[in-house]
Amino acid sequence: MSSEEKRDKPGRLLKTDKPVGITGYGAYLPRYRLPASEVSRIWTGGMGGKPIREKTVPGLDEDVVTMSIEAARNALSRAQIAPTDIRAVWVGSESHPYAVKPTSTIVAEAIGAVPDVQAADWEFACKAGSEALQATIGFVGSGMASYALSIGMDTAQGRPGDALEYTAAAGGAAFIVGDGASSLAVFEATYSYVTDTPDFWRRAHEVYPSHGDRFTGEPAYFRHVMAAAQVIMSDLGAEAGDFDHVTFHQPNVKFPSRVAKMLGFSEEQYKTGLLADRVGNVYAGSSLLGLSAILDEARPGDRILVVSYGSGAGSDALVMRVTDIIAERQNLAPKTSHYIARRTEIDYATYTRYRGKLLTK
Amino acid sequence: MNLSQNWRLAEQRYRLVGEICPHCGVKIYPPRDACPDCSQPAQERFTFSGKGEIYSYTVVLDAPEGYEEQVPYLIALVKLDEGPMLTAQLTDFDREPEIGDRVEMVTRKLRTEGNAGIIVYGYKFRPLLMP
Ligand SMILES: [Zn+2]
Repeated sequence: MSSEEKRDKPGRLLKTDKPVGITGYGAYLPRYRLPASEVSRIWTGGMGGKPIREKTVPGLDEDVVTMSIEAARNALSRAQIAPTDIRAVWVGSESHPYAVKPTSTIVAEAIGAVPDVQAADWEFACKAGSEALQATIGFVGSGMASYALSIGMDTAQGRPGDALEYTAAAGGAAFIVGDGASSLAVFEATYSYVTDTPDFWRRAHEVYPSHGDRFTGEPAYFRHVMAAAQVIMSDLGAEAGDFDHVTFHQPNVKFPSRVAKMLGFSEEQYKTGLLADRVGNVYAGSSLLGLSAILDEARPGDRILVVSYGSGAGSDALVMRVTDIIAERQNLAPKTSHYIARRTEIDYATYTRYRGKLLTK
Repeated sequence: MNLSQNWRLAEQRYRLVGEICPHCGVKIYPPRDACPDCSQPAQERFTFSGKGEIYSYTVVLDAPEGYEEQVPYLIALVKLDEGPMLTAQLTDFDREPEIGDRVEMVTRKLRTEGNAGIIVYGYKFRPLLMP
């Protein structure tokens, strides 16, 4: 028998040899809120349907860099490590402020992780953050790094009047991955399901994205999220009932609620992580912000499933188990709910100024 | 300010890294390598907590070049809990501030050098997120 035949068929799941988990996490949401009724007032005379109640809007002095810095500081407060222990700062976003010049170097400098550190920006539409999180699991799991930081953060833009303008929002979350023994949640496995699907894109030098209307639902979001969730659950021998919490990429309220039910999850399981109604679609931060809200409330032993979705297209699925350490870390930084409660409502005119939609020269 | 000055100032501007005097314990910001109290050399680094209170403030309506985007904005003298006083913008206020208001440091966009230039980030102060 050749060595080729003896080798096990490679599994579909991504797993590490040694236990790896989340040692610290942190959320960020800007304070401004644009009610969907304001978008509807301007573009449909108030008669259009509204996919969410309201969305977050960044202030004039905020962008993916400043928002990532605050989320990273919150993650550091919870991880209780020195910033110089972090060996990678990886930021996933589709709204990096520079086309050329990494967001990650500015974040690494601001939190004090320079200069002995990997730094890079990740791109894959709304799954850039979960992809970066998977990479930190491998980086730490291989033993190359003790700790690694990944962030999913966006300040999404919708073309004025487009359906996306109701939901395109700003926010995200940061995660520090480290050794399983010092983790508040330990990963069981991750998995990615990827195909070439033209559902949503933005060409270089274009301000607003384009989308193929017929592609955004069934062949895109539902196909990839369902497949990623089904593979990771079946290969772990798990069923929907084995999870305490589940969260999905949430471009609106309808899609994640529907996909949860299709997979056999109850509202009890997905409600903690479903934030779209109050924050909108924070793109690369979306499912990760859901995870942050779940970790804020989680108890030791809870099992969590996270499934992201990025256009283009693909889904990352992650399964983790919460440890006893969670209780002592939850209150070391502001919770996701603190940022949701911090709320200043603005009208459409203020929104157009804050989002740079006015020509001033 | 040129690019290399920006780069040298990054540590104190992003993270409020100053100095502490090894002789009398005074905390120094911005760093100046000499103690303002006892005049001894002081080069030991000290990272400030970022918490403080508003000592005084003013509203800027007519901004210098590079700052026009964010008008109107608030400039304050902030007294850090560790002692030093510094000048900084206030942010996230949706009401008139009051002298003595507790504030905390955040890193935000200070100014942009046009559409093609660099974006300068640095500290500002906001009301406490969790009072
Ligand atoms: Zn002294």
